[in-house]
Amino acid sequence: MNRLGQGIGWTYLALGYTFVFLPVVVLVLFSFTSRDVPLPPFEGPSLEWYAKIFSNDRMVDALVNSVVLAAVSSFVATVLGFLGAYGIARHRSRWEGVMRYIIMAPITVSYLIVGIGLLVTFHVMGVPKSLWAVGVGHVVINLPLCFSIILAGLGEHQRNLERAAQDLGASELVALVRVTVPISLPSILAAYCLSFTLSWDEFIIAFLLTRFDVTLPVMLFELLRGGSSPELNAAGSVVFGISMSVVLVAAAIAMIGRRRA
Amino acid sequence: MSAPASSSGSRFEFAKWATVPTLLWTALFFAVPLLFMLAVSTWKRGRGTLEPVWNLGNYEKLFSKSYLLEGLFNSLEVSLIVVVVSVLVAYPLAYVLAYRVPARWQKLLLVLLILPFWTSYLVRSYAWSVVLGDNGIVNSTLLAINLIEEPLQLNYRRGATVLGFVHFFAMLLTLTIYANLVQISPSYRRAAADLGASAFQTFIRITLPLSLPGIMVGAFLTFVITMGDFITPQILGGAKELLLPQSVILQIQRAADIPMAAAMSVLLMLAVTIVYFAFSRWLRLSRM
Repeated sequence: MNRLGQGIGWTYLALGYTFVFLPVVVLVLFSFTSRDVPLPPFEGPSLEWYAKIFSNDRMVDALVNSVVLAAVSSFVATVLGFLGAYGIARHRSRWEGVMRYIIMAPITVSYLIVGIGLLVTFHVMGVPKSLWAVGVGHVVINLPLCFSIILAGLGEHQRNLERAAQDLGASELVALVRVTVPISLPSILAAYCLSFTLSWDEFIIAFLLTRFDVTLPVMLFELLRGGSSPELNAAGSVVFGISMSVVLVAAAIAMIGRRRA
Repeated sequence: MSAPASSSGSRFEFAKWATVPTLLWTALFFAVPLLFMLAVSTWKRGRGTLEPVWNLGNYEKLFSKSYLLEGLFNSLEVSLIVVVVSVLVAYPLAYVLAYRVPARWQKLLLVLLILPFWTSYLVRSYAWSVVLGDNGIVNSTLLAINLIEEPLQLNYRRGATVLGFVHFFAMLLTLTIYANLVQISPSYRRAAADLGASAFQTFIRITLPLSLPGIMVGAFLTFVITMGDFITPQILGGAKELLLPQSVILQIQRAADIPMAAAMSVLLMLAVTIVYFAFSRWLRLSRM
């Protein structure tokens, strides 16, 4: 009986992982096909579809837009998230609960609502659609995540080191810059990386708030209207590859941080 | 977090003011736009501009035209199905991971589980549409083993949308439920077994109730994201039925009716808020 249960368990696990991995494997595998449809049987491998997307100027522009957008909006979200977390952790206030609630609020709302809200506001105020507008939206959605990740890293241990620095004559700001920021670096970088991957992938806000300077996901969506093609597989694999690299860098930083601590 | 207030008197305290820019950003670019959305939902589309008529005309139209309201019902239905199916798929997976898999393998399997999470949802939906197509891997496998004679129509229907969603949320729910299951002290289950409970009784009376918070957090996130997602139904669902986000986008793109899109978004937010309060026992936003 127990062995039967164990067998069922492992079978289910195998099925579950097949389900989870199937689309990703199909996506990446058929980006290397030499046929002109991303379908079995697989023939190849060939890099022609990657060559095709990297020789497409609009695609490369969209890719650059996406990277710049993710890099800049994540930087702003991380700085604001850190300031919020530092204020909450280091200054006791009876408004703490309310402030936490306000900072976390955007997480309860779907990206679509954030996007429509900004679209309506910018439309009424006469602000034209642009990559900047998208960046503002991406900071809004990533700020709560950066805040909660960095806050989780600002514990009593860090507090004691800050106090020690202040006892030795450092001002609050000097302690902040020379002690708090360096010891929170792992969580700050983790927040930045997570924020980067989410912004880099994000579709609906970018779709609503850009017109000409589109991002890669918006570009892919437009391409999709023409039906499936290995070109899409290749572009999708590039999106996946860049996300994965950022995640691996974050994991490596976290591991180094833990070893040092 | 018990930081005593700094005792340094009248000196400028940076920590006291550090939250201000963060709060301002959220107020300015999140709260204010929501108010704008609410306000504009009572306006009207004019010729080239918006007319601030300040009435409930859009909402009346929304509730009297069935094709506009249909999106909401479709979305509620699909979201509910997605939540239930995802929990049913994810729970056994989390259970096996937490209780059957040796501890040293658990971490590796969890990392593997979240790997596909880093493909964008657009790319994931596209990949599913390829997998489910007439000549896709599912149909060609079924044909090859002679289980079917003609390719099944799997794409462009509600089932495909649900599958696309479940794929993502089964991963997410497995994580939240797993995190909950490993926190349950094994002594509870041992005690139940010592007192003569069968494995099934132990599960129903001990493990399941104790893992409810993990299910609820995951289920809520699933519901919110499914209700608001445009891409998955747009790519996988076909043209027969629209979900609410698709109707919202249609109002903006085809009808250029921003006030109507705002009204529909308010409706979407309202639906999610109601569900939030239904779940609020298990969700403590200020504790996250």
